[in-house]
Amino acid sequence: MPEISISKTASAGSVESSDCLVTVTPADSIEIDYSGANKKIFEKRTEAMTRAILAEYSVTAGRVHIQDQGAIEITLRARIETAVERALEARLP
Amino acid sequence: MTDFVINSIGRRVPLNVPGVGSFEPYAGAFQKAGPSRAAGAPVHPRSPQRTKSKVAESLEQAIKRSGLEDGMTISFHHHLRNGDAVIPMVLEALQAMGFRGLTFAPSSIPDAHDCVADYIMRGLIGRLYTSGVRGKLGTLVSSGEAGIPVVIRSHGGRARAIEEGQIAIDVAFLAAPACDAMGNVSGSSGPSACGSLGYAMTDAMFAKHVIAITDNLVDYPVGRNISIPQHKVDQIVAVPSLGNPKKIATGAARITRNPVDLKIAKDTFRLMKASGAIAPGFSFQMGVGGASLAVSAYLEEYMKGKGIVGSFGLGGISGHMSRMLEQGLFKSLFDVQSFDSAVTDSVRNNPNHVEIDSSWYANPFNAGCLAHSLDCVILAALDVDVNFNVNVLTGNDGALRGASGGHCDAAAGAALSIVVLPSFRGGVCSIKDSVSNVTTPGETVDAIVTERGILINPLRKDLIERAISAKLPIVDINELKDKVERLTGKPEPPDVDEGDVVAVVEYRDGTLIDSVCRVKK
Repeated sequence: MPEISISKTASAGSVESSDCLVTVTPADSIEIDYSGANKKIFEKRTEAMTRAILAEYSVTAGRVHIQDQGAIEITLRARIETAVERALEARLP
Repeated sequence: MTDFVINSIGRRVPLNVPGVGSFEPYAGAFQKAGPSRAAGAPVHPRSPQRTKSKVAESLEQAIKRSGLEDGMTISFHHHLRNGDAVIPMVLEALQAMGFRGLTFAPSSIPDAHDCVADYIMRGLIGRLYTSGVRGKLGTLVSSGEAGIPVVIRSHGGRARAIEEGQIAIDVAFLAAPACDAMGNVSGSSGPSACGSLGYAMTDAMFAKHVIAITDNLVDYPVGRNISIPQHKVDQIVAVPSLGNPKKIATGAARITRNPVDLKIAKDTFRLMKASGAIAPGFSFQMGVGGASLAVSAYLEEYMKGKGIVGSFGLGGISGHMSRMLEQGLFKSLFDVQSFDSAVTDSVRNNPNHVEIDSSWYANPFNAGCLAHSLDCVILAALDVDVNFNVNVLTGNDGALRGASGGHCDAAAGAALSIVVLPSFRGGVCSIKDSVSNVTTPGETVDAIVTERGILINPLRKDLIERAISAKLPIVDINELKDKVERLTGKPEPPDVDEGDVVAVVEYRDGTLIDSVCRVKK
């Protein structure tokens, strides 16, 4: 398994209600920053989901900032995946 | 240490609230009998004398003459909505005059009044009795920092508590959109006209001392629409303005174009039709939330088409309801609170648009409140649980952010009570295993309508049968919760300290239906 670090900044989503804005930036290790009105009730869920997505892409270092405007799970997942893919685009064949 | 008990719907409530007194636990919506004797209205003692004016020189002078002392109870109404400047004006004067530890007992607190939180911290307010707690005040109370007893009551419950003497108002400060020099007050004219003064009427009847505050001192007498008669008013204070007219006179709410709300409204209307409720003599109450208002549009079209004339519309009255009155679709409107300024003209000019006080509206223990004559009510909610309990007070984090209003009163009174809400909101499923706070017990809720199906209380077998015959989309509440949680995820329960009660929630009969616990940081 290759170990991939996020080396450029990329984002996906928006700050419209029911959406989320995910921004991925370089960092030395995995850092997850989840903010929004649902922080208290969905923080653990979101962190676990984000770590799982990063693992799918073999990402071992990078900061993921999620501004949650009330997105449902499938939206969060799609935005996180897209942001990670955009950050990794340069590496893809 | 206060003793706690578990009430009949499984909620933990204290038997005693320090600084307030003892309470009984909730035992069922119609279990508690009324008191054998009510407190009765205090007399307004004064020697018989001829007088042509009760206008005081200033607010300060009126307060001094009222006999108000530290620790006494003051009341206000919330009919001026978010335009109200009277609550801040009076609290500022009381603070400047050095009062301490007053019981602040308004009918509700407009969203804009963050100043109430400041006056709690400064010691002016030592107890809080209200319908709603929102914004900065909600954060202050929920964090436990307010450090004062808080009792939340419904509109009907407040009227009952006033009549029983649990809220003994010493001085009522009543914003008066029109007032003459003897204190006849009208809510439906003047630059700050707001329509009905229903909640203020109850306060005026039972307060020991009443001060009307007006920006519209008119020639005697005030006119035909007298909300509060002169014999209940002790003093009058004339001020330049009662508040921001733009925020007092909100326009009529428009019918929503949100497809989710429209789907909910359409299915709600179909359920009402299937239940057989919509017949000649039909009586109805609804809110002004997106889906509720849209229901009335379907209802209007149907009643017109079928030539059905209803008996009465009740409650907070919207512009849409007054239009239905004008069209002859209801014989009368009973208006305890006008939701928007589109109603003001109807209150003033339509003799069938009747201003009612809050006891007449919903007090469970008088000889017959209007809520108990309702055929159908449409109510909104913050969230609900699988036992059909409804929360309108606390958010997903457990913090106070809403108002009890007439929710539990109308739900208990109406033959058909329907709660409308989207299946999820802000990424969170609206159906919980257990709501963070019960305002309205599930035994008084007949159905919940979401855009993903109609949930009918298993207690209402008759309604289930009718809905099945009408081929309505009925869904099991547990199944829908699971289905929606697969979309949204399952939220963690609010992180609260069960041992630290920051507010108690009275059911309309005065028993405690729930307590609000401190939200941990």
